[in-house]
Amino acid sequence: MSMDRVLFGDNQFFGVNHMSEDKARAQAMRFQDTQAIIDVLDAAYAEGIRTFMCTTHDRMGEICDHFRSNASRYPGYRFYPCMPYAHKYANAVTEHGMIEALRQFLPKDGALSAMLKGGAALASRDVESIMQLLIDAEMKAFAGLDTPVVFMQNVITDLLLGLRMDDTFRMFHDHVRKRYGAEPGFITMNVPRLLDALDALGIENPIVCANINKIGFRMCGGVDLYEETLRTRRFRPVAMSVLASGAIAPREAIGYVCAQAAIESIVFGASGRANIRQTKTLIDELSGQAPPK
Amino acid sequence: MIRTAIVGLGKMGISHLAVLRAHPELDVVAGCDASGYLTDILSKYSGLRCHGDLDRMLATEELDALVVATPSKLHVPMVEKALAKGLHVFCEKPFVLDPADGERLVALAAEKRRVTQVGYHFRFVGAFKEAARLVAAGAIGTVHHVRAEAYGPVVLRPKGSTWRSAKAEGGGALYDYACHAVDLVHFVHGVPDAVEGVVRHGVFSQDVDDEIYCTLRYAGGASGQLCVNWSDESYRKMSTKISVWGTNGRITADRQECQIYLREPHAALPGAGAGWTIRYTTELTEEVWYYLRGEEYSAQIDYFAKSILAGRTDGENSFRSALATDRVVAMIAAHTPARPPEAAARPEKKGMLARMFKP
Repeated sequence: MSMDRVLFGDNQFFGVNHMSEDKARAQAMRFQDTQAIIDVLDAAYAEGIRTFMCTTHDRMGEICDHFRSNASRYPGYRFYPCMPYAHKYANAVTEHGMIEALRQFLPKDGALSAMLKGGAALASRDVESIMQLLIDAEMKAFAGLDTPVVFMQNVITDLLLGLRMDDTFRMFHDHVRKRYGAEPGFITMNVPRLLDALDALGIENPIVCANINKIGFRMCGGVDLYEETLRTRRFRPVAMSVLASGAIAPREAIGYVCAQAAIESIVFGASGRANIRQTKTLIDELSGQAPPK
Repeated sequence: MIRTAIVGLGKMGISHLAVLRAHPELDVVAGCDASGYLTDILSKYSGLRCHGDLDRMLATEELDALVVATPSKLHVPMVEKALAKGLHVFCEKPFVLDPADGERLVALAAEKRRVTQVGYHFRFVGAFKEAARLVAAGAIGTVHHVRAEAYGPVVLRPKGSTWRSAKAEGGGALYDYACHAVDLVHFVHGVPDAVEGVVRHGVFSQDVDDEIYCTLRYAGGASGQLCVNWSDESYRKMSTKISVWGTNGRITADRQECQIYLREPHAALPGAGAGWTIRYTTELTEEVWYYLRGEEYSAQIDYFAKSILAGRTDGENSFRSALATDRVVAMIAAHTPARPPEAAARPEKKGMLARMFKP
């Protein structure tokens, strides 16, 4: 399964901006109308970007509906869901406590929900079942759409990695492959350490998405270690935050990432057609690819 | 290696545990929580030795340090036990609900010469550090006003079942959000001497405050304002901002950026002329060895570990520092919550139907 060189990200749609809260709010205002999001996705599509790498935010439901209803307009379109939208869980935990919050996200009449309520101890297979049910709940919105890669969001990957609950990566990996016929991916801010854990589990050549940028922004271990990791370890890197939220000039930023030969794909988000075209053209040019007709 | 344990494995505790276990100089030997679910899962999946009771953990484990991340009302007895055993202690915020307890713990820590730290993590955010540095260097001249704001979407419905919605347990926006804002004021401009004009109000909650507003007073004449509301759905997550006005300009900082306006250039900001200078998180943030949710969470744990190794007992966010913040929070708490204007105060309805259906 090959990934496109350029993937479209979604931070700009959901009020995430690492540089400015004012800018994040302005974006949240602009994109509160789902049609505004679809217009930008259409612009990206027109520039030849066929993959939308998106958080399983509540609002993805409407966007998915649009793509299902208009499938003929988007031949070859793919979604790479990134799960979960963590604030949904974090807010629920603050409001309800950990166990009750978990019950909120599990099927209401299910045996697991009843067990959690009853205070029964959880066996290993129960944890795996809970994880599978949570994945299924997140994937519901994407039914009928092409989802060849399913990512675990960095806040969960890095939480589980720090806790050393490595087996849960295997559970995610197996369920995504078996139930969805998709390739599991992991988003992380701690690439070398994650690769160690995945290697130990025997997960070979994993898709790993991480910040990769010239200034080392949110690259734990530093630029040198990341460059060495890219040169020497076997994995399928997807670079994000390549512009470091605008801290690096576009040509310099893209040039750096394109010079790392191992990087398969680059994900970026933008709100306007001109920016999308500029970044896409730069990636094509600096990757030595002719822009697709 | 610093033999470390953690008590309290809720939302903050789990996050701390992940960061602690990733730290190269910490050996996390055990965890403790009253919930059997969590300890079961953790011991099964992560190999962490878990206890259901702090006393048993302290009695059986060989420890150098303890991280306390339990609900606020449990901090005092747990910290006291840990200090009595001679452990270095990292405690989640707020440190104490009653300043008298805090004074006792500060004295005990001093007597035992232990490293102490409280999780007021905003002091480890690059943009806030920069604001504090510039104010301390006198870049904006003599400070005359400071404003701290914290907004977020925590309580959006008239219902809540955790300790955070119980006043006696240190719940409510005062102890969850406002204490951070107060600590930022403390960090950037110092501890206010008095509070007045306190408004504490439950928007949705019955037992606790959802919004807090008050005026801060400094003996030197400067003033401040505190605006806190955790029932604001327009925010995606907690958003904290501090603004400081001085005779030579102003600074506004949030997690992402530090905006500086200088009337005259200042040596603390080399290369910047008069007018606006914006410094972004990308240039202000120091890289951490492990990232989860934000550099500040890792940076504060790393700082705690380094304090232990260096024997630094008066570092950032020490118990003494946190107590000064918690004293201000206690001053705010001492004010009776202001009631919203009663319905009777509204002008009487004049119509016939209104008179007929008068309650």
